[in-house]
Amino acid sequence: MEDLKVKSNQAHLSKSLLDIMKTNISQYFMFIALIVIMIFFTVTTDGVFISSRNISNLINQMGYIAVLAVGMTLIIVIRHIELSVGYLAGFLGAFSAIALTFWGWPIYAVIPAVMILGILAGLLTATPVAKLGVPAFVSTMAAGLIFRGALLLVTMGTGTIVIRDPVFNAIGNGYIPDLPLGGFLPGKHKLTLIIGLIGIILSILSAIKSRRTKLSYNFQVPSFGLFIAQLVLISGLIGYISWILSGYNGISWSLVILLLVVAVFQFITTKTPLGRHIYAVGGNPEAAELSGISVSKITYIVFAAMGLLSSLSGIMYASRLRSATTTAGLGFETDAIAAAFVGGVSAAGGVGTITGSIIGALVMMSLTSGMNLMNIDISIQYIVRGAVLVLAVVFDRITRRNQ
Amino acid sequence: METPILEMKSITKEFPGVKALDNVTFSVRKGEVHCLVGENGAGKSTLMKVLSGVHAFGTYTGDIFVEGELQKFNGIRDSEHAGIAIIYQELALIPELSVYENIFLGNEVSNGIVIDSNESISQAIDILKKVGLDVNPLTKIKNLGVGKQQLVEIAKALKKDVRILILDEPTAALNETDSDNLLQLIRGLKEQGVTCILISHKLREVMEIADTITVLRDGKTVTTLDVEADKVNEPVLIKHMVGRSIDNIFPKRENVNIGEEVLRLENWSAFSYALGRDILKNVNISVHAGEIVGIAGLMGSGRTELAKSIFGNPDHYRLSGKVFINGKEQKFRSPHDAIKSSMAYVTEDRKGNGLILIDDVKHNISLANLKEITTGGVINENEEILIANKYRSELNIKTPTIQQKVRNLSGGNQQKVSLGKWLFVKPGIMILDEPTRGIDVGAKYEIYTIMNSLVEQGMSIIMISSELPEVLGMSDRIYVMSAGKINGEMPVEDASQEGIMALAVDY
Repeated sequence: MEDLKVKSNQAHLSKSLLDIMKTNISQYFMFIALIVIMIFFTVTTDGVFISSRNISNLINQMGYIAVLAVGMTLIIVIRHIELSVGYLAGFLGAFSAIALTFWGWPIYAVIPAVMILGILAGLLTATPVAKLGVPAFVSTMAAGLIFRGALLLVTMGTGTIVIRDPVFNAIGNGYIPDLPLGGFLPGKHKLTLIIGLIGIILSILSAIKSRRTKLSYNFQVPSFGLFIAQLVLISGLIGYISWILSGYNGISWSLVILLLVVAVFQFITTKTPLGRHIYAVGGNPEAAELSGISVSKITYIVFAAMGLLSSLSGIMYASRLRSATTTAGLGFETDAIAAAFVGGVSAAGGVGTITGSIIGALVMMSLTSGMNLMNIDISIQYIVRGAVLVLAVVFDRITRRNQ
Repeated sequence: METPILEMKSITKEFPGVKALDNVTFSVRKGEVHCLVGENGAGKSTLMKVLSGVHAFGTYTGDIFVEGELQKFNGIRDSEHAGIAIIYQELALIPELSVYENIFLGNEVSNGIVIDSNESISQAIDILKKVGLDVNPLTKIKNLGVGKQQLVEIAKALKKDVRILILDEPTAALNETDSDNLLQLIRGLKEQGVTCILISHKLREVMEIADTITVLRDGKTVTTLDVEADKVNEPVLIKHMVGRSIDNIFPKRENVNIGEEVLRLENWSAFSYALGRDILKNVNISVHAGEIVGIAGLMGSGRTELAKSIFGNPDHYRLSGKVFINGKEQKFRSPHDAIKSSMAYVTEDRKGNGLILIDDVKHNISLANLKEITTGGVINENEEILIANKYRSELNIKTPTIQQKVRNLSGGNQQKVSLGKWLFVKPGIMILDEPTRGIDVGAKYEIYTIMNSLVEQGMSIIMISSELPEVLGMSDRIYVMSAGKINGEMPVEDASQEGIMALAVDY
């Protein structure tokens, strides 16, 4: 054994910028593509695209798809698909409307109840998949039909249900309040700027802490110059986005929900054993099972998370429309799946990140928003979005093969 | 002397890093049953793949003559054209199609565009008669037993104008009656003038049916024997099959200190729903602390199934019998339970079910014991890096960084990552399934050294291996398995390659 210890125990973690770029090229590529798309539309619309009002709208429109894309990412990572989420969101939106309007439930009872229903629906859909190995394609398509029927059933007597609860409607349309700072920075949303500043400070502090810990382990860290450059880049990005948002109504409640969802799921997938187990099951289910991970348990958990996120999506959409309609949720699953694939998820399993899918959702929503501003006909819009989806996946395929 | 129907001269076939066939010469007389025997990995299947065109002309060196004519096969179609048909161990039938549809698959009888099913069926009936199979040609394949499926496979081969029929371990999955029927059929075909090449591990049936036997070992032809003229018997064959001496590639263990019993199986049996048969029959074994127990046997003898059935039964066999770990009976419901009881299982198929190939070295090493590096629900990635680097240096894993994807490592280094992963679980009992398959001699030596050091520290190792020298060189005690049964148990001092092989081929 002793003679095997030819290598010293000194740990090496060499990371140059080039290495990082190389290993994450597909993800960085989509980020770069997003910026290129945004610049393109900014130019073609004479700056309307990047205006505070448009960006704010874009984020609010994206919210209910983006939360679905987060869940869909995990579903595809474990080699499944979820076709029922749009209908589930539609049904749960209608359920919220009925509970608020007809049953007179208070909003703080409705929202948790709907979230629990979402989780239960996810578990129910997952049961044939996890227990008997029924393909998720079939199980979730069946569930989708059932939820669609349920939506039509509960809205049969009434048609569209108008929601009058102001708190509920604020979820999809409202913004966080501003501070009464009067004349200071007129026309800007002060609290948004302050939150942006806090965000910058927190990200700098956490980066410094992580660097210190790494140094205390004697690991190699990026050079000081590179470190500062990274901090400047991240701070600049947060600062710029806050500045744009502060020019309209500030941070919307939709964005708050989306950021919370992303934070929680990003944390779970990257920092916890559960996250590792999800990627292990996606990467090689048999090896995961033999490593003591219950594949069926992970399947239930991921589908339950998807159900929970569908309930959020349903609430956000109903709130945005201030009503529940009979067609709510139609096609959401397609948009969520597209966002996930544009964001670099692999259908072969085990690959795909939450941030990637959010970037994917941003790309798709920017295309819609930009083309609307340019008055491009909906027919062409579909074709362009389809082409972008296939290009993103083809590019992903090629870079992966070259690795 | 008449021209042989088949002559393969000086065939050499190399795969990256391995010489699978080294100057092999193989000659078959017309109308005989010629058996090809040898250990796992001796090169039998590779030789047959060269013959059937799976390894195309140009990827090997040497010449193939059929009835004196030089052949250059570029694929199975070419060899079929020359009258050579091969039937693989894994059947190539479509379960959802009927018997006759399978027989004519790829060669459909049609009148222009439409398949002529009546003509196909009537032809199928004739062919089925030839192989003595009395089933309705409209029966779906999935409704037939394995034995009958095997016959359909042969019928499919006979439909083409076959001069040489190759059967690769046709009886491996068959019960005795089906095996006897098949041997009877081969005799029948021989009378009809079909030359048969039979690959088999079952020496008794080889002795029963063969006119000539060729023995391969380590990719070389050892000898070709005429069964009657050379008075061949099983011991002679076994000697030829294993006939090398153990090279000095096994490190000596310093202190052998065998302790208490840590694992015992009592009347352990398993039934596989997927295969529809018993795969383990009344297995009784025991393993002690500080001991390497070798489990020898041929492929398909139930060794991997034994390991999996103990290790939480992930394939959901129906089990009976008892497992005792450290004297206490355990009923593991999943690999998770087995790991909690300090067991580890390094799989035979590290790419298939051992490692997450698309993930990096450090994540693979930590996967089975994440809780050890998790505080407050969060994985400490810095600790993870330390752990991964520790195993990287202890096991001498050659990788540029621990961030490297496991897919990009060599076989030997992948195996070490697998070992590292399971060592991190800190097991008391470790099952190593073919620990050195497909890795080079240097890495083998390193793995043996690691095994020795582990048992010196009091761990128990169950080593499943097809390589007899390895079994003899590393084990303290040896069990030999055959057809799901333990056919023998012996301390290593009493074991010989011939003795083990005799038990392994005794069905």
